[in-house]
Amino acid sequence: MQTYQYDQTNICQPTLAPALATRELEVFYGDKQALFKGSLQFPKHRITALIGASGSGKSTFLRCLNRMNDRVATVKGRILYHDTDINQRQINVYQVRRQISMVFQRPNPFAKSIRENIAFALKQQGLHDRAQLAARVETSLKAAALWDEVKDELDQSALALSGGQQQRLCIARCLALAPDILLLDEPASALDPISTAKIEATLAALRHDYTIIIVTHNMQQASRIADYTAFFHLGHILEYSETEALFTRPQIKVTEDYISGNFG
Amino acid sequence: MDRMKQNLHQASKASYQDYFGKSISLFCASLVGMLVVAILYFVMTRGLATFTQNHISLRSFLLGQTWNPTQIGANGQPEVGALPMIVTSLAVTLLAALLATPFAVGVALFVTEIAPRRGGQLLQPMIELLVGIPSVVYGFIGLSALVPLMRHLFGGTGFGILTGTLVLFVMVLPTITSLASDSLRAVPLDYHSAALALGATRWQMLYKVVLRAALPGILTAVIFGMARAFGEALAVQMVIGNAVLMPKGWLTPTSTLTSQLTTGIGNTTLGTLPNNVLWSLALILLVMSLFFNSLVRFIGRRGRMQK
Repeated sequence: MQTYQYDQTNICQPTLAPALATRELEVFYGDKQALFKGSLQFPKHRITALIGASGSGKSTFLRCLNRMNDRVATVKGRILYHDTDINQRQINVYQVRRQISMVFQRPNPFAKSIRENIAFALKQQGLHDRAQLAARVETSLKAAALWDEVKDELDQSALALSGGQQQRLCIARCLALAPDILLLDEPASALDPISTAKIEATLAALRHDYTIIIVTHNMQQASRIADYTAFFHLGHILEYSETEALFTRPQIKVTEDYISGNFG
Repeated sequence: MDRMKQNLHQASKASYQDYFGKSISLFCASLVGMLVVAILYFVMTRGLATFTQNHISLRSFLLGQTWNPTQIGANGQPEVGALPMIVTSLAVTLLAALLATPFAVGVALFVTEIAPRRGGQLLQPMIELLVGIPSVVYGFIGLSALVPLMRHLFGGTGFGILTGTLVLFVMVLPTITSLASDSLRAVPLDYHSAALALGATRWQMLYKVVLRAALPGILTAVIFGMARAFGEALAVQMVIGNAVLMPKGWLTPTSTLTSQLTTGIGNTTLGTLPNNVLWSLALILLVMSLFFNSLVRFIGRRGRMQK
């Protein structure tokens, strides 16, 4: 087992306009610190992948970005969105989550029909016009590349769909809210390769309109779809640069060992 | 090598243990099964004797309004109209369930979602304590506190449907609450995060997602509560007034199936009509509890199919 130095990092500052940025973000579960001073900038309309071993803090980091850690952990530091620090008490978290939407590791559609799954959040916001709802359901299902598979069974239970379809439904459900940023927490880890490929194709198409941040265990996946990649290790963000650079010319020893599989 | 061959063909200690365990559980299961069949048979034969031996028509039993088994009525038949008791039983059951359900769901939400720690430590044991209190205690409290209160507030005797409903409300509340909390706890945490991540408020998440997902379980809880209310005898008997009369209002003395059973059973001799009709009342209770049970199963199946 090698020992590594964690004070040596290589974090790039993307030149593109950032959609979201963190400044010295720290997360504590009780006394245990899970994330150490994470400062990243996420360029607009790009896909950023967060990679690293289990327990490296990448999911924890992701969940901070739309305040899903509020009730589980203490989050310190700043999260800048539209020049506003959204990691403040008085910020309206519901508004934050509408703009910064999240898809989880396990597909989690509600036990409702496909239509109701997508209409749920819209109805909560007071949209009840049937024609408008139907239009939003259609556009978001099309955007998530699910429309052709389910257009004839919109009133069937979402739980009857396959895992991959459920996950794309969850993406469509987020898109219906017209968010700015899409956070995905290992969205394909519970899926087979074909479903994974469909999700990846969907994400590639979505990146023209959305800023996407995706946590993945799968380094091939990161290199296939991401424009930027950040490497997490034991709660530290050690390296962040353009995906190609990170995978071909890693600057930090830990990153190099991790991506070459020569780890620990 | 030969020894191995021998071992393979021979039963060992392990196979005897297996056989022994299987026989014990089979014995227990068949004993319980036989008991159920015996009870069904017993109540059925006794309860049907009213119609087969005493030649009372089912219609006059179910729809008649006068209860006086020792007297011969105008039609030359003993007066055994059970309708007032059926109506009262259904009324107190439905009213108690109607009253208890909102409270129970509220408490269940509080215990599981809103304050799981405090609720779990304080409220849960209190609710469980309520289940354990013997029904005669509830009846006694009802008799000495509720009946005078009702008399004071609304006049009359203080006995009746309203008082019975209130006592049953307290008795079914813990049943419904603990079963409803179980079904709320079974809602996957994924649903919570999914709803929150879509910008739903906590109330929207609870009301539109968690409660909807737990609905089959909550319905089951309500039906179990109703089954308990329908079958409760002692506590109701103490506050209902025990006059077999059609209830004319909230507070006129009346009688439920169970309360009439417990009042009457000591005053009749086996094999006579007054005794047989009591068995017929028991038969109605049995049929109703079978109905409640199958309703629970039906809802359970529907709930599973949705998932």
